[in-house]
Amino acid sequence: MISFGGFVRAARARGRLVVQPRMGMSDPATMRAGLLATRDAAATTVGTITVDSYTRVGDNTGAALALARGSAMNGYPITAHSRRTTRRVLHGLGFPVQVRHGSAMPGDIVSALVAAGMHATEGGPVSYCLPYSRLPLRDSVENWTRASERLAAVPDHHMETFGGCMMGQLCPPSVLVAITVLEALFFRQRGLRSISLSYAQQTSPAQDVEAVAALTSLAGELLPDVDWHVVIYAYMGVFPRTPAGARRLMAEAARLAVTTGAARLIVKTEAEVHRIPSVAENVAALEHAGDVAALCTPAPADGRDTETYAEARAMIDAVLDLDADVGIALDKGFSAGYLDVPFCLHPDNAGRARSYLDQDGQLRWSATGSLPIGGPSAHRRDMTSSDLLAALSYMERRCDTN
Amino acid sequence: MRAARSPEQLDVVVTSTASDSHTWNLVYLQLTIEEAGHRVHNLGACVPDDEVVDECLRRRPDLLVVSSVNGHGFTDGLRLITALRSCDDLRGLPVVIGGKLGICGTAGVHGELLEAGYDALFEDDPELARFRGFLDSLVLVRR
Repeated sequence: MISFGGFVRAARARGRLVVQPRMGMSDPATMRAGLLATRDAAATTVGTITVDSYTRVGDNTGAALALARGSAMNGYPITAHSRRTTRRVLHGLGFPVQVRHGSAMPGDIVSALVAAGMHATEGGPVSYCLPYSRLPLRDSVENWTRASERLAAVPDHHMETFGGCMMGQLCPPSVLVAITVLEALFFRQRGLRSISLSYAQQTSPAQDVEAVAALTSLAGELLPDVDWHVVIYAYMGVFPRTPAGARRLMAEAARLAVTTGAARLIVKTEAEVHRIPSVAENVAALEHAGDVAALCTPAPADGRDTETYAEARAMIDAVLDLDADVGIALDKGFSAGYLDVPFCLHPDNAGRARSYLDQDGQLRWSATGSLPIGGPSAHRRDMTSSDLLAALSYMERRCDTN
Repeated sequence: MRAARSPEQLDVVVTSTASDSHTWNLVYLQLTIEEAGHRVHNLGACVPDDEVVDECLRRRPDLLVVSSVNGHGFTDGLRLITALRSCDDLRGLPVVIGGKLGICGTAGVHGELLEAGYDALFEDDPELARFRGFLDSLVLVRR
């Protein structure tokens, strides 16, 4: 299979933004049809195999039972299907495919994707543990250590950190940037040399541009011997209800990716708010994103002289000072509250930092707990339940009514 | 140690179900319950049944609130309440469930969940006022 990192690097050299869907079907023929449609879309694409939620939580038996019963699952059960089946799904595709999963126990998934001849996946010890499970962070770090070392042994391997997407929304960008950089350093320490760093589009275009610039600067400084790129995720919160609103949001994501010099974009579709999108809807979203990207011009800025950079750098340095092993440092960093994700309920998250949306749609701190960044700049009470509802639906309102 | 509290203040445990990784619904419920003057311990996402039972035995809350939005709430909720009610010390614990409980709404599942031991069931958003009323009633009957 064509190298994932190499494909993205080559596209970038040609000035093309790589666009990628979320996609996973339990039936092999349907999965292959989805990959072929992705490949043949009128855009520069890479493919996705998203695994189902049984496999995600390590319930391989549950996945196998569902397959045997013939019941459709919400993704491709990569450990339940034989490697021969998965190789047939991938046969002769001629473009790179990434396996996406959301697991804090990724060992079996990584073994299965390697056995089927693939080499690209994503996640991270923090980003696939804290938001979605109650597994102790220390255990997730161990699981991710083994899985990363397994993948690092594969030529052409590629690993993406999901750390820039924590909670999907309402997390101030400096924490997202700090976690994705720290997870990249964790992967590097485990032997991985082709890594992407993520950032999920938030509620303010100006704040997003600053965040990606800060992320790019930090990656340049801290990952000198790594083949790395930045991947942008189209908004992950409550999506606009109208097709026009959804397209507007998708266009803003594509513009963010191109102007900041990011290399890849994970799209969302107009159907997102209503149901799981069809293959045709995914293709339409990929082509729309590709069209908008072609109209935009890269204008990457130096991110070092920004508030996001200063905050992220302070968190990264404070965590790295805790231990020479980045995995141990991450665990200690959360215990100390040097990393603290607002509204994350995981027992290992300090939960003393709080965010809110200001009148311009920028994410701000109302409490900083033990984060090494000083207190909030202005006194502000924490969000109430109705503030929270308004914040969660801010982008839906902005894009549907403008 | 628990701080002294007024009889009007309930200790509430909020939890998801074993297969549900969503948490914004849990955060929203926590804020709502705290704004009504009560104390919340939030167990978070993907909590296994036995962990909910253990936490309830340890904390002895005045109310357990189960929230699920991933479409498996009926199946997971039924299994959870059976585990809770089979525990002698938790037979009398007030337990309610709400959210998006089935992939086709809650029509037809009300009866079975109540029969299995839930004290009340709340649909998505529109029934929040009824949930607040339930909290008030619980304070009244405890006096």
